[in-house]
Amino acid sequence: MFEIFGIPSQALFGQLLLGLINGSFYALLSLGLAVIFGMLNIINFAHGAQYMMGAFTAYLLLQYLGVNYWAALVVAPIVIGILGIVIERLFLQRLRNLDPLYGLLLTFGLALVIEGLFRNYYGASGQPYGVPESLQGGRNLGFMFLPNYRAWVIVFSLVVCFGTWFLIERTRLGSYLRAATENPTLVRAFGINVPRMVTLTYGFGVGLAALAGVMAAPIYNVSPQMGSDLIIVVFAVVVIGGMGSIMGAILTGFTLGIVEGLTKVFFPEASNTVIFAIMVVVLLVRPAGMFGRSV
Amino acid sequence: MASTIDAPVIQVERETAWSVAVASAIMVAFLIVAPFVLYPVFLEKALCFALFACAFNLLIGYVGLLSFGHALYFGWASYLAAYAAKVWGLPPELAILIGTATAAVLGVVAGSLAIRRQGIYFAMITLALAQMMYLVALRVKLTGGEDGIQAVPRGRLFGALDLNNEMTMYAVVLVVALGAFFLIYRIINSPFGEVLKAIRENEQRTISLGYNPDRYKLMAFVLSATLAGLAGSVKALVFQLASLTDVHWTMSGEVVLMTLVGGLGTIFGPVVGAFLIVAMENYLASFGQWVVVIQGAIFVVCVLLFRRGIVGELANRLGVRL
Repeated sequence: MFEIFGIPSQALFGQLLLGLINGSFYALLSLGLAVIFGMLNIINFAHGAQYMMGAFTAYLLLQYLGVNYWAALVVAPIVIGILGIVIERLFLQRLRNLDPLYGLLLTFGLALVIEGLFRNYYGASGQPYGVPESLQGGRNLGFMFLPNYRAWVIVFSLVVCFGTWFLIERTRLGSYLRAATENPTLVRAFGINVPRMVTLTYGFGVGLAALAGVMAAPIYNVSPQMGSDLIIVVFAVVVIGGMGSIMGAILTGFTLGIVEGLTKVFFPEASNTVIFAIMVVVLLVRPAGMFGRSV
Repeated sequence: MASTIDAPVIQVERETAWSVAVASAIMVAFLIVAPFVLYPVFLEKALCFALFACAFNLLIGYVGLLSFGHALYFGWASYLAAYAAKVWGLPPELAILIGTATAAVLGVVAGSLAIRRQGIYFAMITLALAQMMYLVALRVKLTGGEDGIQAVPRGRLFGALDLNNEMTMYAVVLVVALGAFFLIYRIINSPFGEVLKAIRENEQRTISLGYNPDRYKLMAFVLSATLAGLAGSVKALVFQLASLTDVHWTMSGEVVLMTLVGGLGTIFGPVVGAFLIVAMENYLASFGQWVVVIQGAIFVVCVLLFRRGIVGELANRLGVRL
């Protein structure tokens, strides 16, 4: 045990770890928002609700079907992703030629409906979700205690983030996607079914949110409002990073998580407002965002 | 990108201003008779929200800017007005003035930050700023945290009118609201308002005509925030309460809903929308969370099928301006 700047290493690294965990969720969620925004040109306000549904799906699967965490990690994103596809087909598709603000209003309405329904049945209090057996416990690194599950969340979200980056920036499918973002009409002329790609992209983005939800379930309580406060922070993250770049979203998410964790150590009163404060500074200094195209 | 908000004001000619006069007469007549039939407190609440929604509509309807953080001005004005009346013991007119001025200052700060970006970024920035100030409200002493500021004295307006009399209170709220409605009407029909609409339709073109859109946007933003603050301050006196509900993002969502239901960019839409939503909340209060579900469903239905809102649809059918 030693001290850094008069702060016990345990506390400092503990908060850094917590910051990295939060950062993983910021990165996963802002990544999903950026992917959806790229193709659909809307801000998915229901992203927080979909993240919450991912966590609830894991909880319900375990509670009623005895399906464990690892299976939920696969099943929940697929189920919620399919729900996203239905939402896109039923609603969002009809808004294609309208002002993007209508997409925001519609998804906001959906978020209210989803959250209200869950709150009706599960109340405002959280449901506990245990850490999977194989990841229980932790290891002592000498300067801090590292719970296995938290290490897993950080590593796995990094894998998912960079996997998504690779998919979009380095594969053939990704190049179609990027081309369709730039000029959908031309891409359609080449015989690619752009509307279907848009639908699947929304489903994929929603699935990412649900995946983050499953990962969050053992760390935070599973509760109906777990998504709504988080999504507003993620909006600030998106404003800071800009939505033009996938890598930008990932880097901004993790960085801000760490900054938030450090603030908790050195200036705890400001820890939950620090990201908003950074947003203000970024707007003053670099209005287009750190990685953004000027929009 | 050119805005495609279907505001009926775009399509309808200006010469039909008589329709505005007729509708105003009906509205005023209703509001004068109403307190003898309906609960004055309900009407006071509805009028405060109508004013709030009209202030919000000034921004979305006439400049095309969607602020998702209007609870910031409404709620903080409400806190400051309540604090001034209760802790400093100021008379109601000064309390309202202090609350409204607070909202104006917040509007200048938040507005000059938010107009640096457009479209959905603008919405996200206003929401994030409002959330930040919500978290501040949770912490600072002035707001009373979870308890809020309770038992705010209504006092005597100008030392003469006893606001504890419900009918007097109603009359005061009515005069304030009608005055503000008239002011908003004058703003949107002034040369200033014409420039705002030009910015909404085509910002690039307005720049090429020699206007500075940012200045106009900021002015509209501050006006909107100030009037929202006026609504919040009056509300604090009506309910004798300022609480976290007023600064929460759900309040920002509610004012969007009211304006959307009534009709974005219409003169009477926000008033109609506010009365409907407040009435709905009153009657469905016992259903708990279902109110939120219904509100969400109304959002979805309005956006999909009913983008003009009630008043916008009516105006479109009749071919007049409302």
